[in-house]
Amino acid sequence: MKAAHYWHCFVGIQTREWLRFWQQRTRFASALVRPLLWLVVFAAGFRAVLGISIIPPYQTYITYETYIAPGLCGMIILFNSMQGALSMVYDRELGSMRVLLMSPLPRPFLLVTKLLAMGVVSIGQVYVFLLLALLVDVEPPLWGYLAVLPALILTSLMLGALGLLIATWIKQLENFAGVMNFVIFPMFFMSSALYPLWRMNEASPWLYWICQFNPFTHAVEAIRFSLYLEWNPMAFGITAGVTVVFALLATTGFRPQRTKILGGKPA
Amino acid sequence: MKQAFRIAALAAAIGFSGPALAGLAYVSNEKDNTLSVIDTDTHEVVDTIEVGARPRGILLSKDYTKLYICASDDDTVQVLDLATRKIIDTLPSGEDPEQFALHPNNKHLYIANEDDAIVTVVDVTNKDVLAQIDVGVEPEGMAVSPDGKWAVNTSETSSMLHWINTETFEIEKNTVVGQRPRHVEFTKDSKIAWASAEIGGTVHIFDVETIEEIKQIDFQIRGVPQDRVQPVGIELTSDGKYAFVALGPSNHVAVVDAQTYEVLDYLLVGARVWQLDLDKDEKFLYTTNGVSGDVSVIDVEDMKVIKSIKVGRYPWGVVIDPTS
Repeated sequence: MKAAHYWHCFVGIQTREWLRFWQQRTRFASALVRPLLWLVVFAAGFRAVLGISIIPPYQTYITYETYIAPGLCGMIILFNSMQGALSMVYDRELGSMRVLLMSPLPRPFLLVTKLLAMGVVSIGQVYVFLLLALLVDVEPPLWGYLAVLPALILTSLMLGALGLLIATWIKQLENFAGVMNFVIFPMFFMSSALYPLWRMNEASPWLYWICQFNPFTHAVEAIRFSLYLEWNPMAFGITAGVTVVFALLATTGFRPQRTKILGGKPA
Repeated sequence: MKQAFRIAALAAAIGFSGPALAGLAYVSNEKDNTLSVIDTDTHEVVDTIEVGARPRGILLSKDYTKLYICASDDDTVQVLDLATRKIIDTLPSGEDPEQFALHPNNKHLYIANEDDAIVTVVDVTNKDVLAQIDVGVEPEGMAVSPDGKWAVNTSETSSMLHWINTETFEIEKNTVVGQRPRHVEFTKDSKIAWASAEIGGTVHIFDVETIEEIKQIDFQIRGVPQDRVQPVGIELTSDGKYAFVALGPSNHVAVVDAQTYEVLDYLLVGARVWQLDLDKDEKFLYTTNGVSGDVSVIDVEDMKVIKSIKVGRYPWGVVIDPTS
């Protein structure tokens, strides 16, 4: 198999994801509504609550809007990844996933390319969100917008791999509501996205440890630190490590024919 | 990636370790009985100096060689030699000195004595008490106009400004302002005076020639209860463009257009922001945040708070030496 084949396949998958995105432009906009509501409505009520302590990477006191912006970037990627998982179940039911996996190229390559393609759309949304956040005075340093890119790619790979892993478990489209309740919400709320972890620790130590074990916490911290031009090796390390584990589990476990509609038993 | 960060950090360290041309800020820590010395280039504490009990108001001599410190609980004003950073003298101050002001002649120090309802005028060259002027109840803020004609004292309980003629040491006029006036600041040309009223939540602008109030400024900060908006320290830029007002427990500094008296912005700083001072180039404004025990640094050009620096407990006053 030549590099040209890989490239051809890579471009094909990317293009398909863009076409899908282009046909669902309203979804792009509506996916932005959710984090913007959090930023503008929810955060407004807590505006003055957080100016109590200085935590890294911030150099001074910040408003609550500034605090939750990186967490909301993570939220955009989280929702998109889970939606991606949903679409993979859908693709599987329609059989287009099988068409994709019939390609002679290695399955891990195909799946990682698919994750990257989904990530590109998510990251586009994150940047639009960050631009809109300027309106409520969330103003990270200019270079932060560039420095945050590796963290965003890593986060979208990690959550995409998780989505893929979940897609291997979901037998039917209808089970997706469960993903919402048992994956998205716990991951988002039990993380440092909405509150700093020292606050969690004050409220309850066991909650603090749940947050510490939540990989989403470390993805959010990687985004937060790099957006403010600080290097957080622990957050990056954990996010990267979890990405590899999720990706290995997902690529080895993914079976396109494992659906009820198609009837077949798991291979 | 890590390598890149290391290189960047190294480059930054080399950049900062150049010759010490830094400006120095002095911060009085009310509960630690110390002064923190901050390098205004790196925004880091470089020294801590032991001083008398409960240091509050501090100011520089006009030749910038000495720092005067109100050691409130020692009932004295201490004189710190800036070259050696040692206390070299004390001045009689009357009881519980909190704020004071030095006449441009570099000799007459006007000290507000809160408990005795007087203003004491001391000649710093021979320690003579030149006058004790009866003012309103609980005198607090003290300012002398740059042209040396007026000394203004604020009395907290009487809610008044007392306009003292510096030739005769007599009060020429009393003006009523908002409740609990705290601080007075003159413009460079001595034509306008700004006075803050802590409980009233207002700042009053006076025309000095007529001694009439020409404007009152009110403050409203989104998300902060009105009773926490308590104006205290005031600092004016020398180009006459901006005024900064420390708003106490609201944890914000107001940026005011000094021409139109419109409030332009509120900047979030530490808890109970008290006094402020600009550095030599007026690039940075330092604020003391009593309850959070730190000093916030505001970039004046961008109007952004860029850093908060931990100092001692309950930082009260701040002055930046323009010659250092």
